[in-house]
Amino acid sequence: MIMTWTSVAPAVSAAFLSSLVEAVEALTIVLSVATVRGWRPAGLGALAGLASLALIVLALGPLLDRVPLHALQLIIGVLLLLFGMRWLRKAILRAAGVVPLHDEALAFATGTAALREQARHHNTRLDWLAGLAAYKAMLLEGLEVVFVVIAVGAGRGLLVPASIGALAACALVAAVGFAVRRPLARVPENTLKFTVGVMLSAFGVFWTGEGLGVPWPGEDLAILGFAALFLIAALAAVRLVRSPAVEAAP
Amino acid sequence: MKTLINIFRELAGLFIDDGLFALAIGVVVVLAAIVAAIASAVPIAAGVVLLVGCLGVLFGNVTWETV
Repeated sequence: MIMTWTSVAPAVSAAFLSSLVEAVEALTIVLSVATVRGWRPAGLGALAGLASLALIVLALGPLLDRVPLHALQLIIGVLLLLFGMRWLRKAILRAAGVVPLHDEALAFATGTAALREQARHHNTRLDWLAGLAAYKAMLLEGLEVVFVVIAVGAGRGLLVPASIGALAACALVAAVGFAVRRPLARVPENTLKFTVGVMLSAFGVFWTGEGLGVPWPGEDLAILGFAALFLIAALAAVRLVRSPAVEAAP
Repeated sequence: MKTLINIFRELAGLFIDDGLFALAIGVVVVLAAIVAAIASAVPIAAGVVLLVGCLGVLFGNVTWETV
């Protein structure tokens, strides 16, 4: 299968941007745990989460080759539509001021406060609970990354480029996060989610159509056209539902 | 066990947040599949149903949310 720039670039950028968002969220929780209980439970929990994730990928990865291509395209397409359009819907509502923006600094403060509250009641079990919080964050956010990589890469021989995009994002967030030792509050999360939502929804329509046997005009280039249409619809929706408070803001 | 249930819930939450929204997307996919089966001579028709349906569901849900 020949890789072209038009097929590789959307897959790599979708994997990179969505992994960036997930890595920031995972890092926020791991840092909360580390702040309250130190790096030992946070690190052990995060490592255990990564190990579980690796086991899941190793166990389920080979099964992908056994699923017929059209069925795989249809299943992944529908999951991508559900996943991507959910992100896009939420990003539209946040951009329009209907739903408050996700604040990593607030999430960090809430996380540490919850762990401190638990400490008052269950001091002896806290390392275990703190480690579990880091484990769960790493596993769940990591599963989202794995899903996106499989969804945009499987079936077209793009698993390696998509994985490289995702790993680059995770490495970038880990390096910056551990250097500054605080959540990356300045990452424009809603803009990223908006962009990724548009791209994943476009991939979702493309794959679902391929699974149903639709011969898309322009083949892979159709993804860019779908992304443009989703972007126009999303921006129009933001303008239409923008709340008066946001409208009045500078 | 409780942790496993919570993890399962959060996993399902990756794809389903607003139940009606997810259901509407499912309906669009089923409609596209029906069109693909009925109008197999015009396979692009299913694609049009899918694309227009998804855009319509997104736009409709977001505007409905604010009514």
